[in-house]
This record gives sequence, structure tokens and C-alpha cells, in this order.
Amino acid sequence: MTDPPNNKKPDPASPAATAVRRSPEAREMKKLATTRKSGIKLWSVPIMRRAAVQSLIKLNPKKLYTNPVMLVVEIGAVISSVVLLQQLFGGDGFRFTLQITIWLWFTVIFGNFAESLAEARGKAQADTLRATKKDSPARRVKGLGEEMVSSLSLRNGDFVIIKEGEVVPIDGEVVGGVAYVNEAAITGESAPVLKEPGTDTRSTVTGGTLVATGMLRVRVTADPGSTFLDRMIAMVEGSARRKTPNEIALTILLAGLTIVFTLVVITIQPFADYAGDEVSVAILAALLVCLIPTTIGGLLSAVGIAGMDRLTRFNVLALSGRAIESAGDVDTLLLDKTGTITYGNRLAAEIIPVGGNQKLVALIAARMSSLADETPEGRSLLQLAEQVGAPTTPTLSPTADVIKFDPRTRVSGVIQDGRYYIKGAVDAVISLSNERAPEDMQQHVTRISSEGGTPLALAIDKRIVGVAYLKDTVKPGMRERFDEFRKMGIKTIMLTGDNTLTAATIAKEAGVDTYVAEAKPEDKIRVIKEQQRQGHMVAMTGDGTNDAPALAQADVGMAMNSGTAAAKEAANMVDLDSNPTKLIEVVSIGKQLLITRGAITTFSIANDVAKYFAIIPAAFAATYPALDKLDFMKLDSAESAILSAVIFNALIIVALIPLALRGVGYRPAPASQLLARNLLIYGVGGLITPFLGMKAIDLLITAIGLV
Amino acid sequence: MSGATIGLLVLFFAIIFLITKPLGLYMAKVFGGERTPLSRVLLPVEGLVYRACRVDPEEEFHWTKYALGIVLFGLGGVLFLFLILRFQGLLRLNPQDFDGLAPHLAFNTAVSFMTHTNWQSYSGEQTMSHLSQMAGLTVQNFCAAAVGMALAMAFIRGLSRRSAQGVGNCWADITRAILYILLPVSTILAIVFIWQGVPQNLQGALSVATLEGGAQTIAQGPVASQEAIKVLGTNGGGFFAANSAHPFENPNHWTNFLQLIAMAAIPSAMTYTFGRLVGDTRQGWAIWAVMAILLLAGTSLSTVIEQQGNPNFDAIAANQQAGAEQAGGNLEGKETRFGVGQSMLFTNVSVATSTGAVNNTHDSLMPLASIVPMVYMQTGGAVFGGAGVGLYSMLIFAILAVFIAGLMVGRTPEYLGKKIEPFEIKMVMLVTLAIASTVLLFTALAATTDRGFAGVLNPGPHGFSEMLYAYSSSASNNGSAFAGLNTDSSFYSYTLGLVMLLGRFMIVIPVLALAGAMARKERVPQSLGTLPTHGPLFVALVAGFVIIVGALTFFPALALGPIVEHLMM
Repeated sequence: MTDPPNNKKPDPASPAATAVRRSPEAREMKKLATTRKSGIKLWSVPIMRRAAVQSLIKLNPKKLYTNPVMLVVEIGAVISSVVLLQQLFGGDGFRFTLQITIWLWFTVIFGNFAESLAEARGKAQADTLRATKKDSPARRVKGLGEEMVSSLSLRNGDFVIIKEGEVVPIDGEVVGGVAYVNEAAITGESAPVLKEPGTDTRSTVTGGTLVATGMLRVRVTADPGSTFLDRMIAMVEGSARRKTPNEIALTILLAGLTIVFTLVVITIQPFADYAGDEVSVAILAALLVCLIPTTIGGLLSAVGIAGMDRLTRFNVLALSGRAIESAGDVDTLLLDKTGTITYGNRLAAEIIPVGGNQKLVALIAARMSSLADETPEGRSLLQLAEQVGAPTTPTLSPTADVIKFDPRTRVSGVIQDGRYYIKGAVDAVISLSNERAPEDMQQHVTRISSEGGTPLALAIDKRIVGVAYLKDTVKPGMRERFDEFRKMGIKTIMLTGDNTLTAATIAKEAGVDTYVAEAKPEDKIRVIKEQQRQGHMVAMTGDGTNDAPALAQADVGMAMNSGTAAAKEAANMVDLDSNPTKLIEVVSIGKQLLITRGAITTFSIANDVAKYFAIIPAAFAATYPALDKLDFMKLDSAESAILSAVIFNALIIVALIPLALRGVGYRPAPASQLLARNLLIYGVGGLITPFLGMKAIDLLITAIGLV
Repeated sequence: MSGATIGLLVLFFAIIFLITKPLGLYMAKVFGGERTPLSRVLLPVEGLVYRACRVDPEEEFHWTKYALGIVLFGLGGVLFLFLILRFQGLLRLNPQDFDGLAPHLAFNTAVSFMTHTNWQSYSGEQTMSHLSQMAGLTVQNFCAAAVGMALAMAFIRGLSRRSAQGVGNCWADITRAILYILLPVSTILAIVFIWQGVPQNLQGALSVATLEGGAQTIAQGPVASQEAIKVLGTNGGGFFAANSAHPFENPNHWTNFLQLIAMAAIPSAMTYTFGRLVGDTRQGWAIWAVMAILLLAGTSLSTVIEQQGNPNFDAIAANQQAGAEQAGGNLEGKETRFGVGQSMLFTNVSVATSTGAVNNTHDSLMPLASIVPMVYMQTGGAVFGGAGVGLYSMLIFAILAVFIAGLMVGRTPEYLGKKIEPFEIKMVMLVTLAIASTVLLFTALAATTDRGFAGVLNPGPHGFSEMLYAYSSSASNNGSAFAGLNTDSSFYSYTLGLVMLLGRFMIVIPVLALAGAMARKERVPQSLGTLPTHGPLFVALVAGFVIIVGALTFFPALALGPIVEHLMM
């Protein structure tokens, strides 16, 4: 016989729960999650070693073929190597060709290294997740009894029982029992969360988490290998990574430029032939590698992987790379009022004395009636009362009689020192009181209701002395956030089930652009489709099963980790912290990813101008010495000029790795400002930097006698 | 630059600016099938054309069908012109009994006029019968210009439509371009030219005795009619070998100025048509500004260089300074009646607009000045460019610039609300590759083969410039000739002809594919997050992009031609 799942709520603060929370297992999980969030240290020795090895393995042309730019660099390096071999058996210029060849190989390796470094970070993150994902025993329900099986043999649709202190074997939906579950492995948050059946936000459990107290009966919703954790591992590891549309477009552009520059370089030989000159093949290979956009070619995939990584560290899991890019494109945010814009709890905003009572009396009534009230509403009322002048004594005496809130009476309060303090729904309190409701009360109640608030009546000894105004409170900082959005050209739409008046009040207070009042869950998908018809890209968050179609329809749908399996399945991102406001940062991360790509591309192309001025005069130094006037950097010699260009070209990749991984700094601003700023830094900067860089390298290599 | 030259520039740009809106508006109406003042007369004619050709002008073509129409129309035109030229000896209107053209020359010329290049490897007055000039070359001048305008319209529709399958009807576009725009305006132009002294008759050459007692042959014929469409349609193929340097083609300063305006009119006005049809005229003006800035920069640069004269002449103490007696500057290959100022404006306007007409010899330009026309051509004729062609060439640059720089605002790049995705970039790169590959590879071929080398009259860097110029001109369907290169050989006739065809269709097809893909897309609404494509920043960005992309592709070639020639002077 199984233990019947009890429906008594377990106490998260019970000794058992505390013991579980402090168990080495739980601590280990928390540590792993923290590591994931803070990011793996980039320049740590093991990561560097792993990346270095990978960058050599990636020299295999079969692995390089998806990156046309780097493939051409490798071909250039091979050609140069062949020339080197020839020179080994006679011919001069060996020393020079050797250096060129080494730097060409370094160029490929540096590009590979950037990608490997980004991947290694992802792999390290995946390892921390894998550590969470252990094969654990599970109690599978079989007939009326249960059997112990490995979590690996569980299948979608099975039922399992999970007892106190046990690890949740696999993803599932709670169908019975109540428990506090420690989800630190996923969220990094060690306070256990309540799980019970039949809700949208508290009924899913994730494999690898720990039942702290209580017991659950769970229906398995995933097969081993396709659980949430598995998907998460695949994503951060990069094995599920596909090129996103924008990345493909950029790769096509880079491939096109590579073809153009290859044409430019291979026609130099016939042009030189006409002039009666011959340009060495090694120099042509060097020129080719300098001209093709190696900087962005080498860093492109690292930028993409790093974008994913930034999101993961932010504890948001993108289920496709495309989703991050779409986040950058989003221009409409569909936000639920409750939970996203407001706390959802109704918090005390005002205490109004009625019936000719002193303000202090009303405050005391509010404070005393809330002394034993642990709900957010009660605590906020207590806090407000004390803030605006209620005495902070007496405290709740052990002898006091606590009147717990009861859905039938709809009032709560305390009887202390012989006095009877209650608060509750207005009509309930009126019916309890033994006199007529004060004259002026109704007008306050009407006002509060019309503004979308909830009025509570406050009474002392069955005499109504005041009204408390409970208000849906906008989270602090939301207005600033929405202002930023407006600056970025993003429109916010608030969705709420409240009536129009209430919705308008909150919308105005929060500063959203528009709102949809009296909305039913089905309205979400309607609003999204409508916006999309107008060409907008829409992002939304959701957690319930009835959000699932809208999450799937939205361009960026972010599900809360606490949400139902259906919601998580439909979404293309999951927020492990279940914090809907994070959508805002997700948009910024998406933008940053695209900006970084554009910035490095611009920089890379702008670099070419300077390289021409170094290489062309050097390449034709013999036939047309007059071309030397083009080299206004006054590089030491033809050889040092070419070598400087090649070295600069290789080193700039390394120099930009941190930028590629960290991303270009992004502050919300209108597109025109962003463009002007980035064009100045990366466009104009890209024109100037190589002149300075090559001159510096030229001075250095000449000084140490490399040429 | 002298005050007169500056005045000329100001006057030129002012008039072009003033023409742009009214003519652009008129063209927008014509191609939109709206009524215009000429409709009363021309609508019945238009209907007649459609009925005769069994065309339904309302039918919307998918881009592939549009492209097929353009290709067939072009190939048909080549065949027709080829036959006329080949057999002109058997046909009428041949007062001087010219023989039919050799096959290679007939092929080269037919391709040249159909592709809107108007490269001429022959001397018109010594080769072409009046029938060939009129029914052959002039007809193609109208058709080629109309095709260019039709292509621009298809491209504009691609950008302005949303979720549409079609890009217009190529037969209606071509018919309307000829009937409502090219024919009426060139008729007026021709009459003005006749008034100013350009011949228009069907007589053969006159043989006259000169005062010195020598004999001179003075060619004449239907010059004015061809001259009008030559400039208006940005074709550039002259009746005479000397083109607009011949007094019968360009008798005086007024005709010279009128030709400048006529060449720039349609390319300039197209930008307004574009802005108007995409629903935001600022977009059109931004493109106009990019073109105007680049043309002004090129003209100023080359004029200043030319005005400085040739240092080799200084060495022999020749006076090249401007003064009361002379305009000064490098006058080799220039007419003294035009001087440096009018010559260089003509060179810049003619090459930039892809016309290719000349009133001076480009072979005699200072090496650095000759870079300017080469860059116009190597950037695909995007600076005003040919009628219609220039617009879409510049828009391709705009799309490329938006794609790279647009990423830097943190959105998937979009132009006019159309997202630029892998397919679009693929087409844009095909266009970029078309010019780069044909110019570079064929110049390399000519530079390394004996038959290519045989045409070079000046060895060394200058000869290299001549070849580079010829292939740049044919690849961008420009037709401007550097001269100094003997191209009347089968090698040059066939390779240049092939390059013209490649330069036409390797660009036309991706451009139409791009139009088709853009038309199918939804339009992303504008917001503060959208990269503005109408402000000064965008104008600077695109202008910079045109120069950098052109420079990066052709810098080595230019370094081995004009740049080294300059440095060695």
C-alpha cells in the first residue's frame, strides 16, 4: 500500500526541511547553480587548455567548412607552407616565408580558439548541470503498490511517489500530495517552494530537484533524455546550436566578400605579369588573408555562443538561438499586469478614519487587527499603520485570541486585552457590527472600488472606525523601465482581467503605453496575432496551460519555470527564476548580441583600407618603387610591411575575443544614437586602429630583428 | 576651380534639384497607370500597343516572369539589331553604300546597344547607314532606357508592396516609359538641338573643297533625333565617332549644358519617384543626396586635378595657368571651347549617369583624374547611374550598408521596413560579385594574352588603365571609352560583348529576385528602434560605403594603373 498523500501543508521551517536544505546534496546543488549563474571563469587554466586543444582539432577542414572565411585562411596557410617547403630545398626568402606561414596558421588557430573558448564555457556549464542529473532511484506506482526502479526506466505517463528527502527522478506534474521542494539545482535559490496539484504555477516538478518536506505523487511528463535538464544541457553545451537566420545572412555576406577578395588577389598575378613583375605566392597568400574579413569570420560563432551563455547566466534558458535574436527584434511587449507589473498582492495604501473617529483610532484598529495576520495584505497594513503614526505597542500578547481569516466570515483580527479588533470585507464587517454603518463610509468605499482598489472595513469592538485602502501595487522602477523601452522604440501592452477603470489607473501609474482590460486568457493570442498582423514582433511571458497557445504564437515566449509543462513546451525561453520582469533584460541581451556582430563586422571591413596601404606598395616594390609613396605609415621595408599586416591581422582576433564574449556595451537609446555611436567607435576606429597597430608592430619586429 | 566653373556646378546641381520633384512625380503617375496631361493623346496609342501585342497591362508578373520578359525582350533586340547591322548593305537608307558590319562588330554593337552600354568599337559616320542609325541604334536606345526604368519600377514595387506576389508588368512598364517619358521629352530635345544647329536629314556625306584647296568629307544624317535619346536615355552612343566633341553633335555651350541636364534628369528624378512610391519622399531625397554628394565630390576632385595641368608640360615651360588668354589646366584631349570646367563636368555627369558620351578624350585625363570615372563604373553606376539602373544600383548599396551597420542598432537589419535576411543578402552579394568578377577576370585575361595586349597602344601603366577602363565600362553597361585601346578586333569585340551581357543579366536577375522577395515580405512598422534611413547619418554611411566597397575591390588594380602612373610622373 502506498501512503495516502496527505493534504496537510508541510512546514518549510520544520526541522526535517531545514535538515534537507542543509544537506550536503542541497549545498552542492546550490553551488553548481551559483557557478552557472556567475559564469565560468573565462581565463581559467582548464578552460584555456580545453580551448587550446579544440582549436587544433578544428584545423580539420571538415570542421572548418561551415566557416568559409577561416577555410580560405587555412588554404592560404597551406599554400604558404608549400612555398616554404620549396624554399627549404633552395631559393631565398626562407626566413620571411617562414614567419608569414607561422602567422597565417596562427590566424586560423586564433579564430578556432575564440570559438573553442566560448564553447568550453558552455561545456563547463553543461558539466555543472550534468552533475545535477544523476541516475536516481524512483518509486514507480505499480497497481496498488510501488516498485523501486531507476529513473532511467521511467516513461512519460508513469506515476511516481517522491518522499521527503528524495530527489525528484524526472520531470512531472504533481497530481497528489503537497511538498516543499528545493529547486536550488535549477534556480540557485535555496528557499524551498511549495508544490501542490491543480495549479498553474505550483504543480510542476523538475528532475534533479529535492523534496524538502512532504510527499508528492507525480505523473511523469518526459522520457529520460528529453527532460528539461537534458534540453538545457544540450543548449548550453552548444550541441543543439544551429546558425540563426541573421548569422546565416552574415555568413553569406562574409563568404561573398571572401570571394571578391579572392578574385582581387588572384588577378594581381596577371596584372603584375603585365607590368613584368612577379609577386611571390606567399605574399599573395598573406594579402588574401589580410583582406578577407578574418576578424569577424573568426569571432562570429563565438559571439553567438557567448550570447546564449549570457542568457544562461542570467538564468534564462533559450530553447533556440533564434529566440535570442528575435528578442533583439521585439518591438512590442505583452505583459500580464499581475505578477509582472504589479506585485499581485493587494497592499495597503491608505487608512481613512470614518464616522467622526480620530485618525489614530483607525490606525490602531488597522494595526491591532493585523498583528497576527501573516498574509502580505495583513503585513502591509501593519507596516503602513506604524509608518503613518500608530504606536508600535502593544505587541501580540501570548494570551490574545486570534481570529483567523475564514472564507465564510471574511474577517480576521485579534481579541487582546479585552478589546475586539477586526478587519474584513465591508459588508461582512457591517453585518457583524451592532450599529449602523457611518454615513461617510460609503463614499470612501465607492471611491476605492472605482479606482480598482479593495476596501477593507476596520472595527474596534464591533464599531466601524475606518476604512483601509488595499491597492494593487506597481513594482518599483517599472516606470523607468518602460521609459527606457519607449526610448528603444518598444511598445508595452498591459493585459489585465480588471475593469477598464482599474486597468487605466494601473497603466497610468506604471507608464505602459496601452492596456487591454477585462481580458480573458484567450485574449492574449488575439492581441498577439493582431500586433503581428501589423508587422510587430511580440514578446510575452506566461506560466499557465491556457497561456501555451499564446506563448507559441509570440515571437518570443518566455515561460516561467514554475509554470505548467504545456507552457514550457510552447515557449522558446524558460526563466528558471520565474520572474516575468526579466523579459526586459532578455530584450537587451538580444540587442547586444546583434550589435556585437555588427560592430565586429564593421571593424573588420574598415581594417582593410589600412592593410592595402601597407601591402600593395610592398608587393610591387621591385617593379613600381614609386608606389612606396602610398605607404604613409613609412614602414621599415617591404617585408616588414607585409609581416606587420599579417601579424596585426592575427592578433586583432585575440584582442577582440573578450569583446566578442562579453558583448558590446549596450544602453537603451534610439537607433539613430546607437548607430552614430557605434559607427564612430567601430567604423572610424576600425579605419584608424590598423594604421597605428601595424606601425607599432613594424617598429617592434624591426627592433628585435625579425626582418 | 575658377569662379566660372563653380558657377557652372552650382547651376547644374540647382537645375537637377529643381527637375527632380516634378519629373519624379510625373514618372510615379505614369508607372502607376494614373492619368497625366498626356493621357488624352497617348492612352489610345497605349491601348493599341497592348492590343497589338496581346498584353494585359493589369496582369501582375511574378519576378521570374518579369525577368523572363526582360531577357527575351533583350535577346530579341540583339538579334534584330544584329541582322540590321550585318545586312545594312542590302537595305535602304544607305546613301554612302556602307557594307554590312563584320560579325564580331555586329555582335558587339548589337549587345552594346541592347544592354544600355553603347560601347562603340566603330566610327559611326564611316560605318553605319542611316537605317542602322535610326531603326537599329536609336530604337535600341529607347528600348534599353525603357528596360532600365522598368527594372527600377519593379524594384521600387518590391520595396513598397507588402505581402504581394507580383512586381508589376514588364510590358506595360516598358511601353509607358517609352510613350509617356522618353518619346515626348526626346522629341522636344531633338527640336531644340535642330534649332541649335544639329543636322537632321537623310543625306549622305558632303564632299567640299576647303579654302586651302583640300577636300573634306562632311558627314551628316539624322543626328538630332539620335542625339536627344542618347542623352535623355543615358545611352551615350554617338552618331559620330567623336561623340559630343563633334560640333554637329554638340554645337555650342547651350547644347552642352542641355545635354548635361538631359543625362542627369531621369536618374535624378527616379529618386523622387522612388520616395513617392514607398510613401516617404525623404527616403528618395536621402538617396538623391548620396548620389549628389558623390558626383559633386568626383567632379570637384577631377576638375581640381585637371586644372593643375600636366607637370611634364611645366618641365618644358609651357604655360598652363588660367589667365585672361586661356582657361588653363590640362588641355590635352579637350576642346578649348569647353576648357577644363565644362569638360570635367561633362565627363563626370556622363560617366556617373552611365551615359558614356564624351566631349573630351578620357585617355588624356591626368591619371588621378581618370580614377574618378573608373570608380563610378566600378561601383556599378550607382551615382545617378543609367535611367532606372542607377536607382536600384544605389539601393543595393543602401541595403548592404543597412545590413552591416544596421546590426549595430541591435535589430535584424531592415530597409523601409523590409527585413534583410539570408536570401536578400545572397542576391546583393551576387550583384556585387558580378561587377567585381567580370572586370577583374577579363582585365586579367586581356593583360596576359597576346591578343589582348595587341590592342594596347600605350604600354605600361597607362595601357593597363585602358584595359581596366574598357572592361569596367562594359561590365557596368556604361559605354564610356577611355580610347587609346584598339577594340575593333574579334578578341575585344567578343570579350567586351560577353562582359556587357554578363554585366546586364548577372545583375538584372538577382535584382528582380530581390524585388520579388521584398514584395512578399510584411513591412515592419517604424519606431524609435528602427534605423532611420533618411537622415544625414545614413547619407554619409551609404556614401562612405560606396567608396570603401569600390576602393577595396579595385584598389590593387587602380594602384597598378592610374595611381602608379601618377606617382611615376
